Amino acid sequence: MSEVYKIAIIGSGPAGMSAAARAAKKGISHILLEKTDHLSDTIYRYQKGKHVMATPSVLVLRAECEFDAGKREKILDQWNNDVKAAGVNVKFNAEVKAISGDKGAFTIELKAGGAIQAENVILAVGTQGNPNLMRCEGGNLPHVQYSLDDPGEYTDEHITVVGGGDAGIENALGLIADAGQNNTLTLLNRGADFPTAKKPNVDALLAARDAGRITVMTETQAALVEPGWLTVDTPQGQTRYKCDRIIARMGAAPPRAFVEAAGVQFASPDRSAFPTLTPTFESTSKPGIYVIGALAGYPLIKHCMNQGYDVVEFISGNTTLEPADEPLLQEKLKGLPGRRSVSEWLEFLRSRVEILNGLSPLQMREFLLDSQVRAYKAGEPIFVRNEPGSSLFGIAEGSVKVEVDPSNPNITVPIGESSIFGEVGLISGRKRGATIRAAEPTICVEIPRMAALKLMSQVPQARETVQRITTERQVLQIFKSGLTPADIAEVLAGAEVFEVKPGEAIINEGDISDDLYIIRSGSMIVEKNLGGKPVFMSYVPAGSYSGEMAMIERSPRVATVKAAIRSTVVKLPAEPFRALLARKPELAKRMTDEMRARREINEFIESQKEEFGGAVDMYSSVANFLIKQGIGEATDVLLIDESLCVGCDNCEKACADSHDGLSRLNREAGTTFANIHVPTSCRHCEHPHCMSDCPPNAIRRGPDGEVFINETCIGCGNCQRACPYGVIQMDKPPPKKPPLWEWMLFGKGPGPGQPPYEWRKKAAKAEGGESPKLAIKCDMCSGKAGGPACVRACPTGAAIRVTPDAFLSVARIEKAG
Amino acid sequence: MTQAGGHTERVRQRTHEGFLRHKGFLWAQVATGLCVVVIGVYWLTAIRLHEPPSGGSWLGYLLGTMGAGLIVWLACLGVRKRVITAGHYSLKAWVSAHVYLGLSLIVIATLHTGFQFGWNIHTLAYALMMLVIASGAVGIWAYATLPERLHGNRGETTRRQMLDMIESQDRQLHELAQPLDRDGAAVVRLSIEDTDLGGGFWKRLTGSYDDCANRRALARLRNLPSPTSAKQAEALTKIEQVMQQKAETLALARRQMQITAVLEGWLFVHIPATFALLAALTAHIVSVFTYW
Repeated sequence: MSEVYKIAIIGSGPAGMSAAARAAKKGISHILLEKTDHLSDTIYRYQKGKHVMATPSVLVLRAECEFDAGKREKILDQWNNDVKAAGVNVKFNAEVKAISGDKGAFTIELKAGGAIQAENVILAVGTQGNPNLMRCEGGNLPHVQYSLDDPGEYTDEHITVVGGGDAGIENALGLIADAGQNNTLTLLNRGADFPTAKKPNVDALLAARDAGRITVMTETQAALVEPGWLTVDTPQGQTRYKCDRIIARMGAAPPRAFVEAAGVQFASPDRSAFPTLTPTFESTSKPGIYVIGALAGYPLIKHCMNQGYDVVEFISGNTTLEPADEPLLQEKLKGLPGRRSVSEWLEFLRSRVEILNGLSPLQMREFLLDSQVRAYKAGEPIFVRNEPGSSLFGIAEGSVKVEVDPSNPNITVPIGESSIFGEVGLISGRKRGATIRAAEPTICVEIPRMAALKLMSQVPQARETVQRITTERQVLQIFKSGLTPADIAEVLAGAEVFEVKPGEAIINEGDISDDLYIIRSGSMIVEKNLGGKPVFMSYVPAGSYSGEMAMIERSPRVATVKAAIRSTVVKLPAEPFRALLARKPELAKRMTDEMRARREINEFIESQKEEFGGAVDMYSSVANFLIKQGIGEATDVLLIDESLCVGCDNCEKACADSHDGLSRLNREAGTTFANIHVPTSCRHCEHPHCMSDCPPNAIRRGPDGEVFINETCIGCGNCQRACPYGVIQMDKPPPKKPPLWEWMLFGKGPGPGQPPYEWRKKAAKAEGGESPKLAIKCDMCSGKAGGPACVRACPTGAAIRVTPDAFLSVARIEKAG
Repeated sequence: MTQAGGHTERVRQRTHEGFLRHKGFLWAQVATGLCVVVIGVYWLTAIRLHEPPSGGSWLGYLLGTMGAGLIVWLACLGVRKRVITAGHYSLKAWVSAHVYLGLSLIVIATLHTGFQFGWNIHTLAYALMMLVIASGAVGIWAYATLPERLHGNRGETTRRQMLDMIESQDRQLHELAQPLDRDGAAVVRLSIEDTDLGGGFWKRLTGSYDDCANRRALARLRNLPSPTSAKQAEALTKIEQVMQQKAETLALARRQMQITAVLEGWLFVHIPATFALLAALTAHIVSVFTYW
C-alpha cells in the first residue's frame, strides 16, 4: 500500500458517502472506509420498511447522491447506485483501529491489518456504529443482537428487549404489533421511568403492558445470559425466565476515545459534547482531520449529505463556497431595506433580537430557513385581532403598538426593539388576542411555532427570555386596570413559574398562605370541604387567577385549589402585590369586586348544600366525573344526554356525510355518569397533545378554536399515538357514494353514514388506485355555517357541544334544585 | 355567517333541551294556537249552517289544503334527516315541529271531513292519517321514556364489546370441552353452534328466547351422567360457569335489542303508513277534482 490518497473518508453513512461521491466526481484520489460489508450501516439497520423523512424540507440538497423521503429500502438502493455511478473507491470490512500522523501524512491503521496513507482524513463515523454493549456474563452469545431489521421475521419466540429508549420501545412494539406472530415479549428498563423516550412511545408501551401483551420490568438489569434463558436483577431479587432472543437497544455513544486518540478535541468532557471545529469542519486541535455528520452534531441526513459535499470542496481549496442554503436565504432577505449581505443580516438579527442572542452562526442559518424577515411601514398591521396564527415575532428594528382595547384602536401599548410579541399563540395555539401595528418603520422576524419551540428547547437563554416576557404580559393582561410593566416589576421579581401535576393542590383549605396564583396553562378546580366531603365550587380556566381572598383579606385559605390537568402556574408573592393594590386603587376595586362575585357563588353553593344536599352532591360529582374525563383541558366537547339519546347514530352518519364519508366520532364508546355520556370525539384541547409531534406541522387551530389536520398530513400516526382520548384514527376516505336520492329511490349504494367495510373494499377495487391512510379527526365542521353536523343532526337534542367553563357552572344546581 | 377580522362567527346549538321542550315548547304553542283558531273559525261558520261545513265548502277546501300541505311537509322529515347540508338547521327543531304540527292534524283533518265518513277513498286517507299519527304517538312515548332504559341497560358496554364477549366465551367453552366425552362435547357444541343471538324482529321485540340453544345446553349439561374422571368433572364445573356467564351476556344483549326494537318498531308502521297515506291522499285529491 504505497499510494497516498488525498482524502481518506471513514464511515459510509450519508455524510461520508456524499463526501466520497463528491471526491470521485472531482477526480480527487480518495478512499471510503466502511466497517461493515454494506454502505450506510445506520440506515441499513433501520426497521424494515421504515419511512425515512427528509427534514428540514426547506433545505436544498447539494450532493452527488440523491435523497428524498421514502422507504428505507428505496433509499439504500438509490445510494448504492449513486455510489457505483460516481466511481467511488470503497473499501468494505475496513474498520479503523487508529489514526496517526499530521496533515499531509496521516496513517490509518486497520483492524484487519494493513494501513492507509492519506493527506486529509474526513471522520464521518456517526454515533450509531458504537452501540452500548451488554456487559453481563453471556452478553457475547449469538442470540444477543443490537438491531432489529424486520420485526415480522420472528414468530413463537420469547424475546427480551433491553433498553427503554425510543429504539427499544419501537422494536418491542413492532414485535407485538401482530398478535399472530405469537411472540412473548419482555422489556427491561434500567430506571423506573422512561425519560429519554418520546411520550407517545411510552404511552403505547404502557397500554400494551396493561393489555397484557408485553411484560415491562423496570429498575431491572440483565445479570446472566444463557442460551434459552435470561437471569435478571429486579428490585425484589433475581429471577430467571425463558428467553430465546435478546435485542439490546441501550443507546450508542460517539466513539470518543477513538476520535480523541487521533488528536481531535471535544468542546467539553460532557458525554453529549461535540468536537470543536472551524467553519470548514476542520478540527481546531488537529488540522487535516475534518469531522462531519452526526459526530459533528448534525444528525439529519440532508445536513450530513451537504456537509460531505462541502467538506470536499473546502479540502480541494474552494474557499468561496457558499453554504447550500445561501440562495434560499438570499431570496428570503431580498427586498428588505438596508442592502445587507446574508451574513450581515444574520448578525443583525442575532445581535438585535434578544431571544436570538445565544445562537451560533450555523444555528442562525438553520433558524432563518424556517423563519421570515419582514419590513413594515409605520401604521401597517402585523397581525389582526382574532386572526388565526401561532407564530412568534421578534423586533429587530423599530417598535410596534398593541391595540389592547378592541373598541378603541387609539388605546395602545408599545413594544420596543429587541423584544418579542405573539408569544400567546405560541403557548396555546389560539387566535390572536389583539391587533398589532408597526409604530414606525419596523423590521420583524416571524418565527413559526415549531421553530420557536425548537429554539426554546435548544437555547436556554431564549427560553428564559420568553418565559419572563410571557409572565409580564400575562399579568398585565389579566389585571388590566392601566398597569404598566414598571408597575409590576416588583411583583414579577419574586414571581415563580412551576408545573403542577393533575390532582396536585396549589392552595389547601385552611392553610395560612397568601400568595396569588395565575393559571398560565391547564386549569384548576376549586373545592371546599362541606359536611366532611369535598364539594366542587368552580372551575378556573387558563388565563385567570386564584388565591386573591387570602391575599387581600390576610385570612386563611377558604377553599382548596387543585390542578384538573397538568398545568403551569405563576406564583406571585403577596407583599409586593398588596403594595401594588395600595398604589392602584382601580386595580384594588376590580379585584375586590371579582372577589365578591366569587364569594357569592361559594356562599350560594354552601346554602344550597344545606337545603338541597342532593342537588349539590350531584353537581359536584358530575363536575368531578367530567374533570376526570379530561374536560379540564377541553375547549369544546361533545356530550350526549342519555336521557334523550335514542341511539339512532344520526350524529355519526351526519359526521361521515359531512367529512368524506368517515365518521370522526364513536357515539357508543366512551364513559357515562349520571346520564351524561362523553363519546369518543375530539375535545379540541387547550394544549393539544396531537400537535406535540407532527412532522409536517399539519395540525393547526382554526378560527373557531377547532384543532384540525390539514392536507399536508403524511400519515405517520404520531398524533394518533399522542392523543390520550383515542379520537384520532388512521384511515383512507372511502370511494364516493352514489347520490342520496338514488339510494332512497333505487337502493343504490350504502345509504347515509359511513359505508360498511365490505362496500368500501368492493368500491375501492372497482375504482382502482391506492390512497394512503391519513390521520382523521373532528374539525368541528370547520367552515360550515351551521356549525357541527353531529349536533345539528341530533333529532332529540341529546347531542350538545359545550365549553367546560360554561357547563361546569352553578346554573346546573339551580336547574336541578 | 359573519366575517369579522377573518373570524367566522358561527351559530352554535348549545342549549340543552330535548326535542319536546325545544325553545320552551315553541311548536307546542304554535300547534295549539293553530288548533284553537281552526276550531274557532269552524264553530263560527258551523253555527250559521244547518249541517257542519263539509270538505266541499270553502272552509273544507282551506282546511284540506292546509292538511295536505302539512302532510307533505311532515313527510319531508325523512329527507331532512338524511341530507346533511352545511347550512344552519337543527334536526331537533324539525322533530319538535313535526311532533306538534303532526298532532294538530288530528284537529285540522277531522274538521276538514265535516264528520262525514264512509267506505270510500276519502275516509281511507283519513284512517291512514290517523294510523300514522297514532304510530307517531307511540314513537313520542318511546323516545320520551326508553332512552334511559336503553343506556342504563348497557352501561358502558358497546354492541361490539357484547359480541366480543360472547365470542370469547365461546372460545373458552371450546377449550374447556377438550377433555369431555362425546355426549359432553355435543352439549357444548349445541351452545357454541346453535345459539341465535337476535332472531327476527318479532322475537327481538317480545324478547322470548325460551328455545335458546345456550339455555337448552345448560339444562342438558346439568342432566349429564356423572363424569368418569376428575379432569372431566372439573371441566364440567367450569363449563357450567362459562355457560351461565354467556347466558347473562346474551340476556344483556337481547334486552338491548328489545329496547332498540321498540324504539325502531313504531317506525315500521309509521313510515309505510305514511307512504300509503301519500298515495291515498293523491287519490283523494285527484278524485275530488275529477268528480267535482
